[in-house]
Amino acid sequence: MFSIEVRDLKKSYGSLKAVDGISFTVKQGEVFGLLGPNGAGKTTTIEIMEGLRERDSGEVKILGLDPWKDGYEVHKKIGVIPQDFTFFEKTTPKEAIKYYANLFNVKVDADAILKEVLLNEMENHVFESLSGGQKQKTGLALSLVNSPEVLFLDEPTTGLDPNARRAIWEVIRKLKTKGKTIILTTHYLDEAQQLSDRVAIMDQGHIVAMGNTEEIIQQHGSGERLEIHGNQQLAEYIKANTELQVEYNKVKEKIIIPLKKKIDMLAALAAAEQSGIPWGEIQTRQDSLDDVFIKLINEPLDEQEEEGIEQKLNKKGRR
Amino acid sequence: MVSLRRIYVDFKVFSVGYLRNKFGLFFGLIFPVILILIFGAIFSGESGTVDIYAQNQDEGIYVPSGMGIGGAVDINFGEEFLRALNESSTIRVITVNPSENFADFLAAHSASEGIVIPASFSRDYVSGQQVNITVYGSPASSTSGIVSGTVGGYANYFNLQHYNGNMIIGITSATVNTQQTTYIDFLIPGLIGFSILTNPMFSLVNIAADYKKNKLFKQLSLTPLTKMEWLIAKVLFYIALSAAGFLLMILVGVFAFGAHITLSPWLIPFLILGPTLFASLGMLIGTVAKNPETAGVIGNIVTFPMMFLAGTFFPLSMMPGYLQAIARVLPLFYVTEGLNNVMVYNNIPNALIDIAVLSIITGVIFVLAVKLFKWRED
Repeated sequence: MFSIEVRDLKKSYGSLKAVDGISFTVKQGEVFGLLGPNGAGKTTTIEIMEGLRERDSGEVKILGLDPWKDGYEVHKKIGVIPQDFTFFEKTTPKEAIKYYANLFNVKVDADAILKEVLLNEMENHVFESLSGGQKQKTGLALSLVNSPEVLFLDEPTTGLDPNARRAIWEVIRKLKTKGKTIILTTHYLDEAQQLSDRVAIMDQGHIVAMGNTEEIIQQHGSGERLEIHGNQQLAEYIKANTELQVEYNKVKEKIIIPLKKKIDMLAALAAAEQSGIPWGEIQTRQDSLDDVFIKLINEPLDEQEEEGIEQKLNKKGRR
Repeated sequence: MVSLRRIYVDFKVFSVGYLRNKFGLFFGLIFPVILILIFGAIFSGESGTVDIYAQNQDEGIYVPSGMGIGGAVDINFGEEFLRALNESSTIRVITVNPSENFADFLAAHSASEGIVIPASFSRDYVSGQQVNITVYGSPASSTSGIVSGTVGGYANYFNLQHYNGNMIIGITSATVNTQQTTYIDFLIPGLIGFSILTNPMFSLVNIAADYKKNKLFKQLSLTPLTKMEWLIAKVLFYIALSAAGFLLMILVGVFAFGAHITLSPWLIPFLILGPTLFASLGMLIGTVAKNPETAGVIGNIVTFPMMFLAGTFFPLSMMPGYLQAIARVLPLFYVTEGLNNVMVYNNIPNALIDIAVLSIITGVIFVLAVKLFKWRED
C-alpha cells in the first residue's frame, strides 16, 4: 500500500515550469527525501501534495485521496510544517497545541507532545520569544496534534544552527520509529542522507535521480578510486609504469586512480613504492552523495569544489 | 457548516494574544480616551456661527407704482428679513419649505433653534400692523439665547427703518424640547465612531497582509477552521473591544466633561455593525493588496479621509456642502450619525435609516471579504 502516489505532476508559474512531469510513490512508514537546490520545485511539489496548491496536470493521491479536491479530509490525516514556520506571535507552544486540538476536536496530552518534540521547558514562552529551532519544534508539535498518518516537513532545519538541526533530526527519527510516513524536503545532503530511506534529487522541476543513497551513488557515481597524496612527478611515474588511468589534482596534491578491479590498487602501490618518490596518505574512495549531487545538478562546477555544495546551492536560488 | 466551537476557540486564542500586546491595548482602548481629553479641552468653549432653520410663510405684498419704490412690484419682506439675518456673523439661515410642519421638522432634524415668519408678514409690515416672528428655542441652550437676541436685533432694525422704532415686528418665543448640545456631546459619539473604525480596520489590514506573507493562512487552512469562521472570530473580538471602548469613553465623557448622553438599546446595532463592517473592509484591503506595505498604504488612504470627513472630530454642519455630500458616501458617516441620533438627539427614526444603510454596506463588504480572501493558492 502506497501512502503517496504522484504521477506525471506538472505545475507552471507563467513561463516557469516549476514542476515538470515528476512521478514517485512513497510506501507507508517510509521517510522520503526530496533533495535539491532552491528553486528545484521541492516546495511546489510538497505544497501540491499537502493540498495547498492546485496542480496543472498529473495525478496525486495522498492516502488514496486527491489533496486539492478532498483537502478537508486529507488535512485531518496529515501533519505539515511549512517552510519558515510561523505562528501567532503572542501565543505559547502549549496554547498553540490546545488551539489545534480544539480545532481538530481531538483530545491530546499537550505536555506529552511538547516532550516528544523536546520543547517542554519552553511551553509557556510566547512564540515570538522562541529561537529558530524552538519555533520549528512548535511547528512539529502542531503537525502531530491530529495524530497524522503522513507528515510533510518542508525544509525543517533551514536556517538553524547545528545543534538545533540535530535536535530536530532526533525528533524526526523518533517519529519514524513510530511508523509515520514522512516526506521531507531539504537542500542539505547530510540531512537527506541521515533521515531518509529513499531520496529523490530534484533539479529544475525534474527528478534526476531516485532511490536509497547506495542506489543513487551506484547509478550515478563513478565507482571506486584510489587516492595517493603525492607530487606530480609520482603521478607521471605511475602513469608511465602501469596501464592505469591516472589523474592529478594539483590543489590537493592528490593522485587519483579509478579502480576497475581491486588488483589495480596493488599495481598502483607497487609502482609508487618502486619510484622512490616519497608519498603520503593513501585511501580508497567512492563518490559520495555529495559528488553525485554536484554531478547531477545542472550547472557547471566551481573550481573550488570543496567550499562547494552549500555555496552553489545558494547561488542557484531562484525563489 | 460554520462551527461555533471553532469560532470560540479562535476567538479565545486571538483575544489572549491581543491582551498580551500592550501596544494594541493602548491604541484600542486608551488612545480614543486621550483624544476625548485633548479635543474636549480644546473645544470646551463655544463659538462660531449658529445654524438655524427658518421657514418663511410670508405671502408677500403687491406694491403698485408710485409708492416711492419705482414701478409696481411684489415684495416679500420675509425674504428680506432672512437675507439680512443670514448676513449677520452669528447666524446662518437654512431655509425650510413652507409646507413643512415646522415643529416636526425641527424634531426630525434634531435642531433646537428655528424661526418662522408668518404669512401676513409683508402685508402687516407695510400697513403698520403689529406682526410677530416665532423664534423656537430651548431655554437650556445658550445658542437659543444667541438666536433670539440676534433675531430681535434685526426686528428692531426693520422697525427703525420704516416706523421710527415703533414695535411693528415683534417676537414670540416657542419652546423646543431638544436638549442643548455641546461639542463634547457630539465628540463622544464621534470618537466612539473613530475607535469603531480604526481598531478593526488597521488590525485586519495588517493581519490579513501579514498572515498571507508569513503563510499563516496556509498554515490555518490545514486545520478544520474555515476562513469564514476565522473572520467571524475576529469580528466578534472587535465587537467586544468596541463595547469596552464605548463604556470607557462614555464614563470619561460623562464624568470628566459632563456630556449629555442618552443610552439606549438602539446603540447596540451600531456597536455590532460598525466593527463587522470595518473588520471586513480591513480584511478585504489586506487580501487584495500584494504585500503588507501596499496594504498599509491602501488602508491609510481609505481610513484617514473617512476619519476626518465622517463627522468624527468636527460636526458635519461645519463643513462646506460638497464635503457634506462626500461624507454621505463614507460608511463611517452612518455610524457617527447614527450614534449621534441615538445618544445626543434621541432621534430614533433617523437612527433606523442609518442602521438600514449600515446593514446593507456591512453585508456587502463582509460577503466580498469572505469571497475574495483565500486560504490557499491556485
